[in-house]
Amino acid sequence: MKINITAQPGSTKINKTAGWRTFRPETDYNKCIACGLCARVCPENIISMSKLSPDKKFRPETDYDFCKGCGLCAAECPVKAIKMELQKK
Amino acid sequence: MTKNNKSQILEGSRAIALTIKNIGPEVVSAYPITPQTHIVEDLAKFKADGEADYEYVRAESEFAAASIILGASATGARVYSSTSSQGLLLMTEVIYNIAGMRLPVVITCANRAVSAPINIWNDQQDAMAIRDAGWIMLFAENHQEAVEQHIVAYKIAEKLKLPVMVNVDGFILTHSYEEVYIPTAAEIKKFLPNYKPTKGEYLDPANPKTLGAFASPAYYMEIRQELHDDLISSLTVIKKETENYKKIFKTSGANDNGLFEYSGPAKAKIILIAMGSVIGTIKDTIGEKNKNIGILKIKTYRPFPQIEILNLIKKTGAKNIAVIEKAIGLGYAGPLYLDIKTALQGKIKIEVKNFIVGLGGRDVTKKMITEIVKKTTAKGQELEFIGKI
Repeated sequence: MKINITAQPGSTKINKTAGWRTFRPETDYNKCIACGLCARVCPENIISMSKLSPDKKFRPETDYDFCKGCGLCAAECPVKAIKMELQKK
Repeated sequence: MTKNNKSQILEGSRAIALTIKNIGPEVVSAYPITPQTHIVEDLAKFKADGEADYEYVRAESEFAAASIILGASATGARVYSSTSSQGLLLMTEVIYNIAGMRLPVVITCANRAVSAPINIWNDQQDAMAIRDAGWIMLFAENHQEAVEQHIVAYKIAEKLKLPVMVNVDGFILTHSYEEVYIPTAAEIKKFLPNYKPTKGEYLDPANPKTLGAFASPAYYMEIRQELHDDLISSLTVIKKETENYKKIFKTSGANDNGLFEYSGPAKAKIILIAMGSVIGTIKDTIGEKNKNIGILKIKTYRPFPQIEILNLIKKTGAKNIAVIEKAIGLGYAGPLYLDIKTALQGKIKIEVKNFIVGLGGRDVTKKMITEIVKKTTAKGQELEFIGKI
């Protein structure tokens, strides 16, 4: 037995759950008004408002390791800045 | 078989219970079911009489009993349980979990038919339900072999972190009396030292861990493949530990490598293959002087020793095989027959026939074995139920 199958506390994050995503949300920062609605409606809580370069303004940042592509952010975006794009393997 | 002046005449269940007592598990949990009852009754009595110091946990079902020993084993304790038939079926979910968590659990299955119709007598259908669950499956022919297999079971389980099920035919072994030698606790310790779980891989409140935790598609497959690979490579360990056992306990059995035992002529025309107590009837029918018929007793059914079996059959030069079994893969054929066919397929020209016998406790008589031998070389169906007494 080479694989240690006992899990340490707080180690659930090693299981990346984005594998079942079909559509990937792509945010157009030129349209985005940084209202933060997408971050609030995300059921996975994986959109965070962070200061992004180059202008160091608050923008929504999606963690694609855990985004399952539900599309809620795109549906709720008031300026239609998020597009759901088909992912192919 | 061990032959010495310390042998006793014992009921099979008592022989197993005494062996378990001497092996010294820390936790025993079981739910009574015929024909396993006498084993766990004896173990409960040893505890009540102050002859044993394990924790005996009475469970409300087999599902609970299996869960209790799973939990106890996860804390690093040596554990034991026993069940039968519907009890094993009720344990099934936990049986898979025990194997997946790589816990060195040892369970005795007193093989019995499954419902419906309800039937409390012997066949091996219950064990077949969990044959692919990741357990090492051993089958005993007689009391002495059952005793030895339990001791070896703990050794290989603890060495490889794989659970082992020792199968004994219900009633035929569990309720019959036979000459048997039970190694003492001190003798067993020479072969099987106290169990020490691997550091950091068991449940400990001071050092919290999770066993059997969520594994996503990115990890699950490798973990399952490793379980499979480790089971396959356990064949070598089973052989080695059987040899060690023979040396330490000075037992004979030149043709017994722990995986199977071949008896009969070096060059045979027909080979009869079976598992468990029916081998006794087959040996008795064929006789030691027969020059044409070899008998192959499968002792380790999972992992299946396919290469070793193929090599042995090749050597005998046999042209016909009869697989005699007390289970049926409903809708296809006997499970052992399918395994034997797979092992030989494309590698050797040989006729294999399948004979289903003794379902639900139907006596398997010498007359039936003689009939099977005749049918093995005759033209006819590949699979037949032999039931006329």
